[in-house]
Amino acid sequence: MSRPAGFAGVTILLALAVVAGISVSQLSGLDPLAQDAPSRLLPPSTEHLMGTDQFGRDVFARVSAGLANSALISMCAVAFAAIVGTVCGLLAGYTRGWVDLVIGGGTNVLFAFPPLLLALTLASVLDRNWFTVAIAIGVVYVPIFVRVTRGPVLSLREVEFVRAARSTGMSASGIMFRHVMPNITSIIIVQVALSLSWAVLTEASLSFLGIGAPPPAPSLGSMIFEARTLVTIAPWTLFAPGAVIVLFVVGLNLLGDGLRDTLDPRMKGQR
Amino acid sequence: MRRFFAHSLTRRLLGALATLFGVSVLVFIMLRAIPGDQISAGLGTEAAALTPSQRAALEAYYGIDQPLLVQYFSWLGNLMTGNLGYSSRSQASVLELTASSLPVTMQLAIFSIILALLVGIPLGMLAASRPNSARDLLSQSVSLVGLSIPAFLLATTLLTVLAASLGFNPNGRGYATFWEDPSLNLQQMLLPSLVLGFGIAAPIIRTTRTAVLDIASNDFVRTARAKGIATRRLQFRHILRNALVPIATMTGLQFGYLLGGAVVVEQIFSLPGIGRQVLIGIQQKEYALVQSTVLIIALAFVIVNLLTDLVYRIIDPRVRAE
Repeated sequence: MSRPAGFAGVTILLALAVVAGISVSQLSGLDPLAQDAPSRLLPPSTEHLMGTDQFGRDVFARVSAGLANSALISMCAVAFAAIVGTVCGLLAGYTRGWVDLVIGGGTNVLFAFPPLLLALTLASVLDRNWFTVAIAIGVVYVPIFVRVTRGPVLSLREVEFVRAARSTGMSASGIMFRHVMPNITSIIIVQVALSLSWAVLTEASLSFLGIGAPPPAPSLGSMIFEARTLVTIAPWTLFAPGAVIVLFVVGLNLLGDGLRDTLDPRMKGQR
Repeated sequence: MRRFFAHSLTRRLLGALATLFGVSVLVFIMLRAIPGDQISAGLGTEAAALTPSQRAALEAYYGIDQPLLVQYFSWLGNLMTGNLGYSSRSQASVLELTASSLPVTMQLAIFSIILALLVGIPLGMLAASRPNSARDLLSQSVSLVGLSIPAFLLATTLLTVLAASLGFNPNGRGYATFWEDPSLNLQQMLLPSLVLGFGIAAPIIRTTRTAVLDIASNDFVRTARAKGIATRRLQFRHILRNALVPIATMTGLQFGYLLGGAVVVEQIFSLPGIGRQVLIGIQQKEYALVQSTVLIIALAFVIVNLLTDLVYRIIDPRVRAE
């Protein structure tokens, strides 16, 4: 189910991008923070597509804004992890020696924590805003990028064209970024797609636990937390944000699987 | 070869020790990075009312007037002697709290892994028995949903729907250990382990599928089939037995997910486990509690990884030979 899976993933993500785009562009004219006491807990209707919550806020506007926030935080987290992790992996694999030893040690230390626990502890000690939450999630995924780049770099540094570049007197950093890096981009792209789905899940879990970006910023995780007690009288407050998170992660997972089957040489012939 | 085995094991052990040292440094630094300091964090707005001499006395009491290196080594020295700190809100030492919370999480972890294996291996084998068929698609879809549903969403939905429609909410009553009330304890563990087990079943389905397909393409399988062996016997005795190596590794790797997921699931189902202990520490700003508990969890994780590695070497002679 490789190519169709990737295609399905892209379709889901595009549909969600439209939903998030509505809040970012403020097309609907709905304010995710505007409270309206008389219209509390209204079921879905043409006026309120996903109903309203306990403060009379439009659930669709909140889901849409929460989705945009979640995507922003996850993308920043994975960008941080990918940049720091790839540079460290390149350095460790290419220069070897004590640099490799130090980076390898740091990677092992970060791997010794259960991922969600590390993000939780980091987010709780940092001054809390959306950016620090993104960094806390990003730090957790740095070691994964170090590991996936270091291995291929170790073998690439012994390949003819890299040796040739070295013999022309090219600087180490020049070789790393001009010759080694382009050969590992497909691995990094696959890892970015797979990590994004974990980042979305982690961000949602943190905000569910009350350790995400602080209120009143709408977040899918905290919406589900608030909906716990309302679910019997207003099930849409739980199922609307819930369905959107699941779709988002399914889309990213399908995209990641599709990309891996297409780009990752290790998967060739396995299916 | 035996000597080589012992040698590589020693190296692995030393590596784990070095990692643990790094973990302790990271945990120490992390909790010193709290905005303000532990006294203001712990007391909140009341901290502003402290006179300079009161503050100095508190700093001396907590030892945070000492240089960082002295603080680190005195903390490490305390840990070595079993002094993990004291939780002022619970009126108990962190060691006592952990002694009662760790078994809860361990029980949850074991139940979740058993459920995940019971679901994951059959579904993975089913998928591999006819690749790209309807049953393959079905079990791969189960795995995709398992990977994509956040544990907190599944837990909240199960809890609210079952409690509301069937009145089934054993977790609403106080937690009972297995020795106090076995039946209530098992009921309380049922939903949390289902939630965590479903999350771990997903990667197990995928690993089983890949491993079974991989092994089924080997020559020895074709030979066995040519000799007229029954399909069932071939699947279980020849293929599954060999596929157990990657499945065992994958199961060991899921322990990290389990410990992280435990924080969420224990909180939702009010289970007094170690994950909830961390969360309470964070919410009540009891940093000594957080510091020691996080360290204990990392220690448990490193030990499990070491054991997985060991089991892997025992069940797969090829790893030993390499």
